Amino acid sequence: MEYLKKYPKLFQWLFLLIVFFALCFAIDVPETYKFIRGQAEFVKDPNQSVYFFLGKEVRYYAFDVFWRLPPLLGWLPIWINDSLFFLMNEWMPMEFWNEDTQEFKTRPLLLEVSRNLTSFMTFLIELIREILLGGLETIVAFTSWDFIDAYPWLELPGLPWTIVAAGAAILSYKLSGKGLALFAGLTMIYISIFGQWKPSMQTLSFILVAAPLSFIFGLGLGIAAYKSKRIEKALYPILLVMQTMPQYAVLVPALVLFGVGDHAAVIITMVVAVPPMILLTILGLRAIPPEVIEAGRMSGCTNWQLMFKVLIPTARRDILIGVNQVIMVCFSMAVISAFIGAKGLGFNLLLALNQLNIGLALEAGLCISLIAILLDKMSLAWANQQQDYFGNLSFFQRNKNVIFFAASFVIGIILAYVGTFIFKGSFNYLFEIPHNKGISTADFWNKGVDWIFDTFFVYIKAFNTWLIQDVLQPMRALYLRMPAVATLVLAVGAGYLIGGIRSALVVAALTLFIALSPWWDRALVTLYMATFGVVISCLIGFTVGTICFQNKKSAAFMLGVCDIFQTFPSFVYLIPVMMLFGITDTSVLIAVIVYATIPATRYTIEGLRSVPVGLHEAATMSGVNKFQRLTKIEFPLAFPHMMLGLNQTIVFALFMVIIGAFIGTEDLGQYILKALSDKNGAGIGLTLGICVAFIGLIFDNLIRTWVGKRKKHLGID
Amino acid sequence: MSETVIKCESVYKIFGENAKKMLEESNGNVDAKTFQERGCIVGVNNASFEVAKGEMLVVMGLSGSGKSTLLRCISRLTDATGGKIFIEGQDLLELNNKELIELRRNKMGMVFQSFALLPHKTVVENIAFPLQIKGTNTEESISRAMEMVKLVGLDGRENYFPRELSGGQQQRVGIARSLAVEPDIWFLDEPFSALDPLIRKEMQDEFLRLQEKLQKTIMFITHDFDEALKLADRIAIMKDGIIEQLDTPANIVLNPATEYVRKFTEEVPREKVLIIEDVMDASSKDNLGDLKVSKDEIIENVAEKILTQEKLVGVVDSNNNIVGSIKPSKIIDTVFGGRKNGS
Repeated sequence: MEYLKKYPKLFQWLFLLIVFFALCFAIDVPETYKFIRGQAEFVKDPNQSVYFFLGKEVRYYAFDVFWRLPPLLGWLPIWINDSLFFLMNEWMPMEFWNEDTQEFKTRPLLLEVSRNLTSFMTFLIELIREILLGGLETIVAFTSWDFIDAYPWLELPGLPWTIVAAGAAILSYKLSGKGLALFAGLTMIYISIFGQWKPSMQTLSFILVAAPLSFIFGLGLGIAAYKSKRIEKALYPILLVMQTMPQYAVLVPALVLFGVGDHAAVIITMVVAVPPMILLTILGLRAIPPEVIEAGRMSGCTNWQLMFKVLIPTARRDILIGVNQVIMVCFSMAVISAFIGAKGLGFNLLLALNQLNIGLALEAGLCISLIAILLDKMSLAWANQQQDYFGNLSFFQRNKNVIFFAASFVIGIILAYVGTFIFKGSFNYLFEIPHNKGISTADFWNKGVDWIFDTFFVYIKAFNTWLIQDVLQPMRALYLRMPAVATLVLAVGAGYLIGGIRSALVVAALTLFIALSPWWDRALVTLYMATFGVVISCLIGFTVGTICFQNKKSAAFMLGVCDIFQTFPSFVYLIPVMMLFGITDTSVLIAVIVYATIPATRYTIEGLRSVPVGLHEAATMSGVNKFQRLTKIEFPLAFPHMMLGLNQTIVFALFMVIIGAFIGTEDLGQYILKALSDKNGAGIGLTLGICVAFIGLIFDNLIRTWVGKRKKHLGID
Repeated sequence: MSETVIKCESVYKIFGENAKKMLEESNGNVDAKTFQERGCIVGVNNASFEVAKGEMLVVMGLSGSGKSTLLRCISRLTDATGGKIFIEGQDLLELNNKELIELRRNKMGMVFQSFALLPHKTVVENIAFPLQIKGTNTEESISRAMEMVKLVGLDGRENYFPRELSGGQQQRVGIARSLAVEPDIWFLDEPFSALDPLIRKEMQDEFLRLQEKLQKTIMFITHDFDEALKLADRIAIMKDGIIEQLDTPANIVLNPATEYVRKFTEEVPREKVLIIEDVMDASSKDNLGDLKVSKDEIIENVAEKILTQEKLVGVVDSNNNIVGSIKPSKIIDTVFGGRKNGS
């Protein structure tokens, strides 16, 4: 009885668990139940039940309501899909002037908007691409095909790679200094020598359009939301869902709206990259001390000046994190959007992975990662630039970077010209090293992989079999064994115990949506993989973080490692695991673990760091030893922040699990991948994406509510 | 008195919805309690006063007394709920946005408690900021800013970032920035409150030196009564949004208007605040001894001399005319006896 009074929460939780397990044991598995493989749901089968809603036919296997809820939302994907097609092809027909045929043509409004947007994006991408690689689309866009036929010399020749490399190095030098310049130069030379120039520049042109546009839109919407409560309220739910929405899922609707190609990829990248930018802009602007705003006003700033000269620079730190996120997402999307026809490194990477050519995949992946790190560092340096007013510089000193670039431009052209004589008849290596004509280490890596496989095959195989048979399969069976009602009770009960009625309702709504969708079983499989990944990631992350925290240098080093790893596009993580474990669930899970360990480690170190120094000293003076200090003081205080890390870990794990569908898993991701090649896939893809997002949001809601309460309790903020 | 620069006529600032309507209904009789019950908080309650050109008015009050709110009404960082504010005869509340910006760019400067420097700009860039906002070109604004850097004694640190400076140095930058456009009116919102006592004293002296040179019209906010006494030409003491008393430091110390004000004056060392003129006897000018003191001397500085005298000490004005006298015992009374009345 005393215990009950002392730890009321503990007993509430125990009670919840007892109810949960009681339900699990009380509700038997129906004899007809089995996990549906492939796309069996879509095959007509006399055992299926059928109902109609809004004129849509929904077929499903009926079970006891306690075991699995009927898919009452089964019509939603079809309905979304049909609506999308209706909007695109029939809604609001209007007369539009057609340049080519010189006459008015009737077209649905949305289709016309989409076409215009598409051609605008295509123009931007082509413009940059042709500066880097040469071509004639841009000239044609300004004139016509006839014009270019008459003046064929107008075709842009493209810059020799030497000039681009020099330009990158000089720009880096101006922004940051020697270190970055060296890195930029070496990266470019590496890309060129290893024959990845063309795909790299294609990817780069994609990024150079997508990243700035995402930045501008994110900043603009962030400012709008900061200024108007209404806009913020309207944006917030979308932002929340987009934060946890797997990037795969938005590809399919984009396919319907914008078709296939780089332009669709840019638009969809913006859809994914803008939300975090908005959130961080709002966060940064909100955190500005009111006196700084007043100081700006008293200096006589107009609203415009106040925003761009005072507020945004002051909120720079958060906005920069936003830029960093934008770049990360852009590179991640550069790979994923290869599914909808974006050219470049991502396409090569996917192709290589498909052919199981690990060596090639590794090279492409390395290029993407190098460019990602380079752009990340450059954007950071750009924001921290400083001006020297007192240097009293000469003309040469002031303009030395321009002069150097002009010089390297001339030298580059001369070299390229000389190259035409040296490499007569073959490729001009001083102009552009063609794809697959550079040095390739692919064979080396492939042989390495083969060697590892041959040598360690027995052990890897044994480990693999053990993991799958003794850990993964039972775990998966357990998850699938949960009756839907029991899961609902557990989720809602947890919501109630953590956050009261409000949380319980939110969690109930989110869980019900998934339970009523046709993919509850798949969601359970996704959940089981994510859980496994998260548990291991947290164990590793919390341990590594704690150990590294013991020493200032190792902590800083670890954070740096996290930074770099975070810059890698998520797809890249699949390469090494496929090298070792081939195409199995183990590969996916290991990729999940590696990827999700990053936030776990980072937040552990940050959380421990945020413990006030005064407390350390107080603890030391009370005579605690290092271990006691860690367990009695640092962990309890850092725990809320570490829980936020757990939140991020869950999101990262979910993303990776979904991407893992590429290797072949049987969860929601598999269906998203399938929806890509389905004519009616848009609705399915979107609904699946929302399901995954909701899984993330359930945990997000619970963890954030708990952290908020805990922080209040501890009096830290 | 010379010309009036700032003039407030029954200014009210009430936070909350329907504040304006409730104020109209109350006919200027605002009771903080009834307003609070209806969800409004009274920031400034019926403030009326004038500040003359070159005068320094110190507004003193504890936190929550509405002193900062009053200042923000006069700088129109918030709009007053009721009343009228005139800046050099211009009705401040009637100005449109553009005119307000013009006014701030040319006539007003403000210093903040937490310095409010722009973290991404160096010292010289921070100081040049108001000039650049006005549209002054880079070269001119930087050279003007460098003058200000010298004025506040930060030479050699012009390329530092605010985060690299100590609190005192940061506030020097804040002061330099507020003075860069050569404003006529200078607002200071608890400028020295965030500083260590020693630095604070140093900054106060520095501030007095600057004011001697610049002769601005100043509104200075503080919660430190000693600071108010040291700096002010006149002090306004605020409590719960109401100005309890507005007078010269000497008068506040000698004749506190309310019990609240008296509590502040209790611990004040009178000899450091009062000047001879405040305590002299203007009626008796006969039987004087040899010693003469100026009427503007602070008592502390001449007390020892006066106390060694047995006869009356003559008090003279700046033209050496005798204007009154003082008994040595009066000094003892002032320093030790004054408190008896109160306690």
